[in-house]
Amino acid sequence: MTHILLRHREIPDIHKMTVYKKNGGFAAFKNAVTKMKPAEVTELVKSSGLRGRGGAGFPTGTKWSFIDNKTFPHYVVANADESEPGTFKDREIMEHNPLQFLEGLAIASYAVGANVAYVYLRGESWQIAALLDEKIAEMEKAGYLGENLFRTDYSLKIYTHLGAGAYICGEETALLESLEGRRGQPRVRPPFPALVGLYGKPTLINNVETLTNVPMILANGADWYKAMGTGDSAGVKIFSLSGRVRKPGNYELPFGATFRELIYEHGGGILDGRSVKVIMPAGASSSMIAVDDKVLDTRMDYAAVRALGSELGSASVIVIDDTVSVEWIINKTIHFFKHESCGKCTPCREGTYWMKNITDRIHSGKGAQADVDLLLNVAKQMQGKCLCPLGEFSTMAVVTGIERFPQDFKRAVKSDKLD
Amino acid sequence: MSLIKNHSKEVKQILSKYPPEGRRSAVMPLLYLAQREEGYVNKAAMQDIAQILEITETEVASIVGFYTLYHDEKAGKYRMQVCTDLPCALRGADEFLQNLCGNLGIKVGETTPDGLITLEEVKCLAGCDKAPLFQTQGPDGIKYHENMTVDKTLELIEALKGGD
Repeated sequence: MTHILLRHREIPDIHKMTVYKKNGGFAAFKNAVTKMKPAEVTELVKSSGLRGRGGAGFPTGTKWSFIDNKTFPHYVVANADESEPGTFKDREIMEHNPLQFLEGLAIASYAVGANVAYVYLRGESWQIAALLDEKIAEMEKAGYLGENLFRTDYSLKIYTHLGAGAYICGEETALLESLEGRRGQPRVRPPFPALVGLYGKPTLINNVETLTNVPMILANGADWYKAMGTGDSAGVKIFSLSGRVRKPGNYELPFGATFRELIYEHGGGILDGRSVKVIMPAGASSSMIAVDDKVLDTRMDYAAVRALGSELGSASVIVIDDTVSVEWIINKTIHFFKHESCGKCTPCREGTYWMKNITDRIHSGKGAQADVDLLLNVAKQMQGKCLCPLGEFSTMAVVTGIERFPQDFKRAVKSDKLD
Repeated sequence: MSLIKNHSKEVKQILSKYPPEGRRSAVMPLLYLAQREEGYVNKAAMQDIAQILEITETEVASIVGFYTLYHDEKAGKYRMQVCTDLPCALRGADEFLQNLCGNLGIKVGETTPDGLITLEEVKCLAGCDKAPLFQTQGPDGIKYHENMTVDKTLELIEALKGGD
């Protein structure tokens, strides 16, 4: 398959302006600014069926159409705070095909009437931010950013902004707080960023991979895009494959490829010839899927993965083999969420703290079945009560792990009752 | 104010990225600037930043406290930050870190006697397909080191020594 997003795999040096332009680069942006009305661009993206690739899967064009047209200025923010354990796709795009991403950001900015856009990167992506700064300077020099682009009255500036190590900043209102120079703690919604966003102004926030699709959709049309993928999941997706597979990495596939294709054809199968026990399709935030043949033959799209009792999310597929105990997995994920909880809302702050204490007790071999019951109870009490999705995410692996793999917890505890 | 005096051009450039009503946005880039030389943000720098942005020192300190890449205490010249989250741990990151501790003769959180390396355990670095991996945070910024072994890490440390 020819790549649409990871095009550097076929086109060497596509990160260079000359190579990118030779391969159609910036034609879509120029065409949009000179020949299309902003609303027409939004309509085209809407009809392509593109959905947000950051995890939530919200229809992209619809999100663009929510931007309030009574208040100005507008802002666009590219969410490049990729921090979900198991996700490493946006990084590859920005490292190797940065101009396509920036062109997508420019098109989105034009569509929603923004003259300033920010790329919010996680602080660890320090080197990538430096690369993007270079590319932004090249775009300015080539006349793709700046004042009166293509001799129209449209102007656009793009800036990078580094976070400093906080998973929560991937949540869009926490990201805005952080970009405004505060601690990255989520805002109460509504109002949504489309009405009250960055500096109180209407703001569009899109994931890097989402935006990278946009130039190709404009160049080739909505029908071309929709022809790939499955019903409710149009187009292609980058699946970040990690865990106990032979060839971990990013694989760009149309929605609807099966888990078996991803793990065995692309990923080369399981290490040491073992078999798959658990799939976590959305990183550490996943509900765990107990794997059998039916699961392996499931098509990876939003609806089919939901039917398995999980979510596709950002498609960070962590593969776990039959040598691993689910009790240990939960210990790992809870440590992550406990560390990353921002502390603003009580259910998440206290819930992750106590879940960590209980899972540590179980993991140390000093736990009882009553601890497992208590852990499940705490997780269930958190559900539906947290300010943002992080709290909810922290409970997914716990609840599904205990309910779907009870034997792993029975083995880990020494008795039924607490000491 | 030393931050302005010593880096006036950079401070100006940072401030130019944000609209007047968003001046406070510069706090994070300014903290990176302040941290660059000594590897941590001292009290004087926090005061400088508070003055530049017309916010309180407490607000600046709360940002330093919230984000893991800012430090308010001196450590080794390089912080070596190993990811041990689930996907990395499935590919041997815990054992890697343990062996590295053994080879360096320090525990997680400690610094080598020559003051070069502080070893830390961190959360996901978005390099799950290239585990074991770590980043170094030092005077030359943040750099990734992927598909690492203990031997390769010891070689890197020798090279960092040479950079002194």
